[in-house]
Amino acid sequence: MPTQTIIITLIALLIFSYFLGQKRSIAVSSINNGRRDLHSRPHYYGYMVAIWAGIPAVLILLLWTAFNNSIVTSLTISTLPESMQTQSKDSLGLVVNELRNLADSGQIADEADPIKREAASHYQRLQGISKLAKTVIVLVVALLGMIYAWRLINPELRARNVVEKVIRVAMILCACIAILSTVGIVFSVLFESIRFFEAVPPSDFLFGTKWSPQTSIRSDQVGSSGSFGAIPLFVGTLLISTIALVIAVPLGLMSAIYLSEYASKSVRAFAKPTLEILAGIPTVVYGFFAALTVAPFLRDLGESIGLSVASESALAAGLVMGIMIIPFVSSLSDDVISAVPQAMRDGSYGMGATKSETIRQVIIPAALPGIVGGILLAASRAIGETMIVVMAAGLSAKLTINPLEAVTTVTVQIVTLLTGDQEFDSPKTLAAFALGLGLFVITLLLNIVALHIIRKYREQYE
Amino acid sequence: MSDILNTVPGMPSADSLERSEVKPENHRSEFDVEINGTVGKPFVDNAKMSSRNCNVFYGDKQAIFDVDLDIGNNEILAMIGPSGCGKSTYLRVLNRMNDTIPICRVEGEHTLDGEDIYGKKTDPVLLRARVGMVFQKPNPFPKSIYDNVAYGARLHGLASNRSELDDLVEASLIKAGLFKEVKDDLQKPGTGLSGGQQQRLCIARAIAVDPEVILMDEPTSALDPIATATIEELMDELKSKYTIAIVTHSMQQAARVSQRTAYFHLGKLVEVNETDKVFTNPEHQLTENYITGRFG
Repeated sequence: MPTQTIIITLIALLIFSYFLGQKRSIAVSSINNGRRDLHSRPHYYGYMVAIWAGIPAVLILLLWTAFNNSIVTSLTISTLPESMQTQSKDSLGLVVNELRNLADSGQIADEADPIKREAASHYQRLQGISKLAKTVIVLVVALLGMIYAWRLINPELRARNVVEKVIRVAMILCACIAILSTVGIVFSVLFESIRFFEAVPPSDFLFGTKWSPQTSIRSDQVGSSGSFGAIPLFVGTLLISTIALVIAVPLGLMSAIYLSEYASKSVRAFAKPTLEILAGIPTVVYGFFAALTVAPFLRDLGESIGLSVASESALAAGLVMGIMIIPFVSSLSDDVISAVPQAMRDGSYGMGATKSETIRQVIIPAALPGIVGGILLAASRAIGETMIVVMAAGLSAKLTINPLEAVTTVTVQIVTLLTGDQEFDSPKTLAAFALGLGLFVITLLLNIVALHIIRKYREQYE
Repeated sequence: MSDILNTVPGMPSADSLERSEVKPENHRSEFDVEINGTVGKPFVDNAKMSSRNCNVFYGDKQAIFDVDLDIGNNEILAMIGPSGCGKSTYLRVLNRMNDTIPICRVEGEHTLDGEDIYGKKTDPVLLRARVGMVFQKPNPFPKSIYDNVAYGARLHGLASNRSELDDLVEASLIKAGLFKEVKDDLQKPGTGLSGGQQQRLCIARAIAVDPEVILMDEPTSALDPIATATIEELMDELKSKYTIAIVTHSMQQAARVSQRTAYFHLGKLVEVNETDKVFTNPEHQLTENYITGRFG
């Protein structure tokens, strides 16, 4: 039976065992004063029987599927002649692959080599046995589990506690998957970064002011000396993010205040979703908006007042990025401002405060943790943004804080380092991981600051 | 309905009820006693605030019907009545807090020291500085105790320098009977105080603006008996300087603290009299029913 069929049969069996358990619990209970004297409600007994039938069987199925191939393969290899077994690992792998293909294609008889023919049919036989054994064992274990749990059922059995414990473990596993993925990503970035720092000293990376990640294959090539000073990149990132935040924070906050305090219901119903659409526009669209509309406009504007603006400028990228992150600020701030209790407003109005005084001195301070959260979310979005910068701010790693010049950012450099055919052992590619680690540390610090601010003000906010 | 009414002697006939213009929904049969104007003494000679023909509407629904009432200078007027009778709404008429509710419409003449408070010249913001308010639930701002009290004074520029402000904050806290408890913690958040302390902080905050009238909307309903007693003592002291209108659900409280008591019922002012008279010898059947606990 193929695995899919086993799974379907198993599901049918689980549904059956659920009803079996439920029925059984009702059958073994007696009715006193109109209530059954069961410890748990009948469906818990059903779930318990299903759990007993399901979990061991599924575990066996998983393990079997995971180890089946390697066991069958090693069994097959052990039947091969001594000379073939002692070959190098690579050529043994080739032979095994050949045997597998032979067995799967069903053309064993066409093979000229009798040893291989023999081995391939052995392999085929083993796989057949394994499949049959898997079907039988899984279904038998499921049935045994079902019967065992069914026999356990009596009115004193604490089925609800069993079921709740299993569900709790399942939830812990779900949480673990998220946590382990994070840990895995961090470590993979960390190990690659360590490899990078073996080639390039950390001080050069952290404090160098020249970024030109060109390494060469032959030492006599032009540009053979790569330099990996990350400062221009981080300064570029900071510059563009700052411009974006300077745009987004006032605009977002003001629109949030308007939406929550001044706008009529109908305006709000229309304006809020419209603002949120901004967050749904793909960043690549913002990118060509920045490159084709905003950047030329800024350049012409600069020319007309006698400033030289690069055709790809940090200002253009920052402006468009600022527009892009407005919804992060406005939407979250609007939610927290609306959540400030009416009692706060009444208290302030009741003492003769005007609306603007109330907003500035009572509502904004009360909503501050949420507003800071929104701003930091927007900031990490700005720091991580790539597409707009690629298209509007250029690739040249210039160390400048003049927003009218072209700069580049960490994320853009990671993209250029890793696109195309790359060898994953040169400092050039490994530098991408070090940059990624740097970004990760910065966003982590931002989050810590955010949490600190929120915690500091939260206790004052009822 | 008429069966019940007929069992009560001296009640108006069912016909007159059907003729009455406004019949609020969800009424109970015991309440179906006709209210023909206000009995007792709604008017006083030394009125601080007064209302004539007060009608309040929430959208299409009328919440208050033709209320005429004076609040005398330096007196405590208690407003009692079952939930939804309009007493809080009436209180919010007096400092134009209802202006913050878009669908709310107020009619009638309302004066403070003879000035029309709904007149074109009156700014509700300035009015609220003269007519302060303390709310049902303590609502200190998310600021320090000091800043809570200094809030109104700063807005209205009542202190010209830091030491004057310090004195004002201290004086207000002393008047509200809170200073001893918090004098070392003035920079701690106001929301960290206990419920009773928070309410006294809100009273201190209202006093700091130096209002002429203080409106209190069930100021002790969220507090325990000890905190309630403290606040009631406080009100007694405050009446020498301020005029106070208090909405309360506790008839004992009304009897303890007020000089006059107004009984509201389904948006109408049924009876106003000296507090002693209301609680010992009410003129109106509805008032008697309410204070004897027959309903409400």
